[in-house]
Amino acid sequence: MRVKSVDLKKVGFDEREVDRSGSYMQVDSEVVKCGVKEPGVYVIPTKKAIECDEYRKYLWKALKEDPSLGDFSNGYFIITEPGKKAIFPVQTCLLIEDSNIQHVHNIIVVEEDSELTVVTGCSSVPRKGTHIGVSEFYVKKRGKLHFMMIHMWGEEVEVYPRTGVIVEEGATYVSDYVCFKPGAKIKAYPTIYVDRGGTVVVNSMVMVSETSNIDLGTRVYLKGKGARAEIVSRSVSFGGVSITRGHLVAEVPGVKGHLECKGLILKDGSIVSAIPELEARTRDVDLTHEAAVGKISEEEIEYLMARGFTPEEAQSIIVRGFLNVDVVNLPESLKEEIDKFLELTTEGI
Amino acid sequence: MLKVENLKVEVDGKLILKGVDLELSPGKVVALMGPNGSGKTTLMMTIMGFPRYKVVEGRIIFKDTDITNLPVYERVNLGIGLAFQRSQSIDGVALRTFLKKIAEKRGVEVDIDGIANEFNMGDFLDRFVNKGFSGGEQKRCEFLQLLVLNPDLLLLDEPESGVDLDNIKLIGKAINKILKREVTPQTEGTDSERCVDKWKLKSALIVTHTGYILDYVKADEGYVLIDGRIVCKGNPYEILKIVEKYGYRRCERCV
Repeated sequence: MRVKSVDLKKVGFDEREVDRSGSYMQVDSEVVKCGVKEPGVYVIPTKKAIECDEYRKYLWKALKEDPSLGDFSNGYFIITEPGKKAIFPVQTCLLIEDSNIQHVHNIIVVEEDSELTVVTGCSSVPRKGTHIGVSEFYVKKRGKLHFMMIHMWGEEVEVYPRTGVIVEEGATYVSDYVCFKPGAKIKAYPTIYVDRGGTVVVNSMVMVSETSNIDLGTRVYLKGKGARAEIVSRSVSFGGVSITRGHLVAEVPGVKGHLECKGLILKDGSIVSAIPELEARTRDVDLTHEAAVGKISEEEIEYLMARGFTPEEAQSIIVRGFLNVDVVNLPESLKEEIDKFLELTTEGI
Repeated sequence: MLKVENLKVEVDGKLILKGVDLELSPGKVVALMGPNGSGKTTLMMTIMGFPRYKVVEGRIIFKDTDITNLPVYERVNLGIGLAFQRSQSIDGVALRTFLKKIAEKRGVEVDIDGIANEFNMGDFLDRFVNKGFSGGEQKRCEFLQLLVLNPDLLLLDEPESGVDLDNIKLIGKAINKILKREVTPQTEGTDSERCVDKWKLKSALIVTHTGYILDYVKADEGYVLIDGRIVCKGNPYEILKIVEKYGYRRCERCV
């Protein structure tokens, strides 16, 4: 494999493929790994997949086609068989090594009554580069997709993902997003459409560095009775700019949504904005939001100091809790990495 | 164990403690009484070392070390543990994880599930620290942390406040467990002979208004603090009786 100096474990990628049902890895524009171990799950490079009409129909259906993006190099196409409940997650990894622009188009299709977890890690070697990731996810009736994305970018990398998700009747989409060592600039606003009885849970935790400008949001259209959505975003800024947005749209009666944007400023010079938006287009909907930005309370630090922790340790415990590190089901190796990162970045604050 | 000498303390520019002397021998429990606003909590917080409480004169000696200028966590490492009157909740941190961290920090191995169950906190281990806890639950959580911390000097700031009788009993049990009083009841004058390491005998300073906690934890001595000065010293149970009957005004004449 031609991966240079990126520790793949940190982005959740296990090269030995232990406890994985399939793997896909792309370095720049080249597919270096693509295969499955578990029957009923298929992982195919997108370029190859769309040669087949049955698969081609998923291209630009969850997102509006945007010719201005130009042609994509490749990406992963993952599909399950109806009823298939994958035991292990599929892991994917998109790396930038030498190229200036990496443009991928990813598609995940979870068929009716099927369940799948996808762990995806994106990282880069060079200091410069642009990553454009177009993703379209389809969770069909009563299906379940758990999508976990870990971003660990070089300091000057710019990232512009486009994501569209269609959640059908009774289906569930859970997204956990972790971004530490963010690139210089990330701008993303995934849109999720939820049909009758569908459930969407979106968690994101972002650690913003001094040089970064991160603008992240999630928009959910609740389109069918009984559809529910919960969006929780937490960002900690060590000096950069962080904007967290959320937009819930209730289109029919009997839907429920909650939006929570919380930001913590650890260093002066940071700008943190939380912009929640609720939009009801009918009666009998239940939309709520909670937004808060601020600093760590002195009382909490003192409470922890009285338990024997130094001010730095106390801060790290509080930030870790704030980011829900233990609540979201992250791989252990990643938790350790976040701890190390927090220890380093909270020193001397 | 603890010696407070002529301690004068300012809080936000206002002199609260006006020269406090107090001594606590190993193995002893001292009850600190006094009306609201007399400086009891200030004394506790100053012994613990919070920066808001500024020592302008005097010193604090703990285990023969001058700790007057030590940061809070170093005092904890030396063996001081404080039960807050009002605890803080820590979002996103499970109680179990937190107790493990405290044990790790102290370098001790603790049967967390065992002690949690003993103090009716077993069901709270996977919840966030103090988040949504009732008054009694917060207090039990406080003592659970102290049981793991296992300090040699226990500072208790009104342990019975906001707590029902069942919980006071449970808290009394926790205090005795930390003080190891349930195992070896202390008898006068034999402490140093029985114990090679004199600091192994644990002490406590208890701030109490009502004295309820003293029904469950035997206090050896009582001090009365009024307007930043110790005005009376004696048998804590006798002092309580007098205060109950005549109020704190009577104590002013004690000295």
